[in-house]
Amino acid sequence: MPEAHDRPAEQFTLKLRRYDPESGNAPYWDEHTVELEPHRSVLEAILQAKDRFDGSIGVRCSCRQAICGSCGVRVNGEPALACHTHLDAAKLGAKDGVIEIEPMGNMPVIKDLIVDMDAVHWKKIQRVTPWLLAKQPVPEREYLVSKESMVDVTQTMACIQCGACVSDCLAMEVDPGFIGPAALAKAYRFVGDPRDDQQLERLTDLAEDPQGIFDCTHCFKCVEACPKGVNPMGQIMRLRRIAIGDHHIVDQNNGERHEAAFTTLIKDNGLLWEAELLPRSYGGNSWFGKFAPPAGKELLSSLPAILKAVVRGKVTPMGALKPHKIPKPDLKAVQAIYEKIESRPERYELNLYITGEDETVETAESFDDPVAAGVTHEIGGSEAPPTGAEPTDLPPGANGPKEG
Amino acid sequence: MPAHDVLIIGAGLAGQRAALAAAEDGASVAIMSKVHPVRSHSVAAAGGINAAISVDDDWRSHAYDTVKGSDFLGDQDAIEVMCSEAPAEVMELEHMGVTFHRNDKGEMDLRAFGGASTKRTAYVADITGQAMLHVLYEQLLKHHETVARYEEWFTTSLLRDEVGNCCGAIARDVRTGRMESFTAKNVILACGGAGQAYKPTTNGLIVTGDGIAMAYRAGAPLMDMEMVQYHPTCLVETGILITEGARGEGAHLLNANGERFMEKSAPNKMELASRDVVSRAEQIEINEGRGVGPNGAGILLDVTVVPRKRTLEALREIVNLGKDFAGVDITREPIMIRPGQHYIMGGVKTDVDGRTPIEGLYAAGEVACVSVHGGNRLGANSLLDTLIFGRRSGEHAAKRAASMAMPEVDANAQLREDAERLDAIIARPRDGRRVSEIKSELGETMNKYAAVFRDEAGLHGALETIGRLREEANSAWIDDHGTVFNQDVLGALELGYMVDCAEATLIGALERKESRGAQFRTDYPERNDADWLKHIDITLDDHGSPQVSYSPVTITQWQPEERKY
Repeated sequence: MPEAHDRPAEQFTLKLRRYDPESGNAPYWDEHTVELEPHRSVLEAILQAKDRFDGSIGVRCSCRQAICGSCGVRVNGEPALACHTHLDAAKLGAKDGVIEIEPMGNMPVIKDLIVDMDAVHWKKIQRVTPWLLAKQPVPEREYLVSKESMVDVTQTMACIQCGACVSDCLAMEVDPGFIGPAALAKAYRFVGDPRDDQQLERLTDLAEDPQGIFDCTHCFKCVEACPKGVNPMGQIMRLRRIAIGDHHIVDQNNGERHEAAFTTLIKDNGLLWEAELLPRSYGGNSWFGKFAPPAGKELLSSLPAILKAVVRGKVTPMGALKPHKIPKPDLKAVQAIYEKIESRPERYELNLYITGEDETVETAESFDDPVAAGVTHEIGGSEAPPTGAEPTDLPPGANGPKEG
Repeated sequence: MPAHDVLIIGAGLAGQRAALAAAEDGASVAIMSKVHPVRSHSVAAAGGINAAISVDDDWRSHAYDTVKGSDFLGDQDAIEVMCSEAPAEVMELEHMGVTFHRNDKGEMDLRAFGGASTKRTAYVADITGQAMLHVLYEQLLKHHETVARYEEWFTTSLLRDEVGNCCGAIARDVRTGRMESFTAKNVILACGGAGQAYKPTTNGLIVTGDGIAMAYRAGAPLMDMEMVQYHPTCLVETGILITEGARGEGAHLLNANGERFMEKSAPNKMELASRDVVSRAEQIEINEGRGVGPNGAGILLDVTVVPRKRTLEALREIVNLGKDFAGVDITREPIMIRPGQHYIMGGVKTDVDGRTPIEGLYAAGEVACVSVHGGNRLGANSLLDTLIFGRRSGEHAAKRAASMAMPEVDANAQLREDAERLDAIIARPRDGRRVSEIKSELGETMNKYAAVFRDEAGLHGALETIGRLREEANSAWIDDHGTVFNQDVLGALELGYMVDCAEATLIGALERKESRGAQFRTDYPERNDADWLKHIDITLDDHGSPQVSYSPVTITQWQPEERKY
């Protein structure tokens, strides 16, 4: 619930990460104390410091209302829009009560809080052919498309290109070539648009690219980072589901086979049988998969990692040969979820942009309910919605705006 | 030195639309902006775009509503152009990929908006401007071979040849501090209004009147500058905008007694009267002691009367704004708002092809005054204005470019002059005032004396204050002595631009001795068509002093009549 804004101004100390490329000096910390009401934003605090003490503090900003996407920074190590972060919340999350503000990660710093978004973010956006390849012939009036489909792509349209998700993408940290959360969310904006003519071509491209949709490691960092509820990882998962489920794209990265192996193993055993995952992903989705030459090759190249795991006790020979066991009723429950989901005529897709219900506030803030918390887009996680209605009764959106 | 057929300064909706149109007509185009294009303030336009696309609607109805909204100061030929071309333009944007909200038949849905006689506002939830801006930017990326983008380049002055035609601009690469001159057959100004001359304002920090001031200094006339729109629903504390879409969806305005006070001034349209009418009504409630909140300075906007599901679907952005910036869940309780500076109807005087009286210089969007908005702009007409006149400027400039050779310009002297001007600012001793202090006083002065209600004494006093601030601005000092992203020195230039715009507004407001549209003079409370059904033009003379002249209002089909909502 929102808090009333009636507390008087108080002092906040900011520790800004400064860098002057012309000085020849390394980055350093610069402290300023400002006075503002606690519900005011971190951006207002930075601007007060800039206006009163040091006009040379570099920060991009314009709208002050979380729509222009200029002021992406890290506040106490977490990516955020400065204008969208309250001072009291920032202070709570700060070490020793001093709010640390740094430039975003994964992008080179130009000066102070300003990073080079062209070098990373915008380059990746351009990678996904970011314009509509419109179906022909173009109608005289508007394309007739369903209300739901437009609302659906509006979630990704709502991306303000602030770069917060890029800043903390763990996959990109390891593989800077990964197309990344923002650009892939942008890709969904076209893949999900019924007016686009190239869904199959776009998906094939993104699935076959080793740094495409299967390079994401499901860490949820981008979901947490996004100030607009775009849910980039969720969009990546949707790209995968459409690629696999609708177009049966079997990619060179083994993304499709890996997913098939993963879901089959859980369906059969209730828990993941780790030792089987790799051979089945490469050799085919059955117990015999390990005897296929590609699986052998992959197993051989993974041998150092396997041996290390054995030495550290993470893998035992018995565990490799036999699956984990769970009680029969639990296994049945797991399989019932599969049946329920697979028997639906249409995939169950959530769209956070729109809420489909009249009363969702209480559940939307309950974080132990992953569906309501707006973070679970995996098929297996889509339990019945909080109201108890059948999923089929739900419009494409099923809950409230994301609030971290 | 880069040379282009068409150089566009500003990359919001008007600029990007102009760039596309010029490129499609075969011109070599450059688009330059002091920020990345998607940061342009068009991004904040929320509610939607007007066009008579419904089969039950007619562009003439849209045009009449616009004329009436303008309090008959809008030029009707220009309004006819805008409204008649609106449906095709909106369809074109749809074909480019804007994700317009649909009805159950799959057609574009339309919502109600202020001053409109029917539902005629197409929208994308309440991020219409953002959706359109981002889709146009997608198109710029698509046309990267014909449209050169100079992102984060700050224009310092316009170039003119020996006969006075505009032939390019001088700009500074914000990232490196390098100054460069750009030759162009045509320059289109599309760099927005001057909202930051007011404090508070709904406008972003980048909206500092750069284009208006640069054209003014180059000798172009400014028109209707006294017409400054106060939007009826801004957050009391920060001035952040709550979209008119809220009232379009049915929200009520209430005073401290819980009364829907709009029935006094607009019994038919109520909350959906035009913005000047609603803002005035709110200010009267506040002035007469029926406001709410601290000092009774607010009015309540009650969105709870809109079905919650609809609010969450169609007004999601303001649900979040309410929570994040005012601590209020608008689906559960009313939110406190007040009128706030939002838009400048005036600007650089142009014709319907965006041409200013300076050959080779065009203007489109909020920087320009065609004039389609006259004394008061209707909600959801600004996005339309940017697209229609952005496109027409681009088309006309491309055509003009095709019939002429690239100007031979020696820009070195002016380039050096601009560079020295910046260096001088950087080198100023610390014995004047800070830029930020002067800017703050400027904004507060304007918001006090050139707001919803004005009078001669206040305007005179404000003009004197602005004169002093101009002097102070000329010696204001800054902290940043570097070249890379020196935002400080650009801030000093922007302050100069804002002072010019503010002064023109005050001169126009003093000159117009009547009440029309957004200009309400308490000392001249009536509209006076006999003396003042005309535009006020302000031009700098050779000595740099503002001169006032008048130009007629074009009337085609609709004679001025009493304005009632």
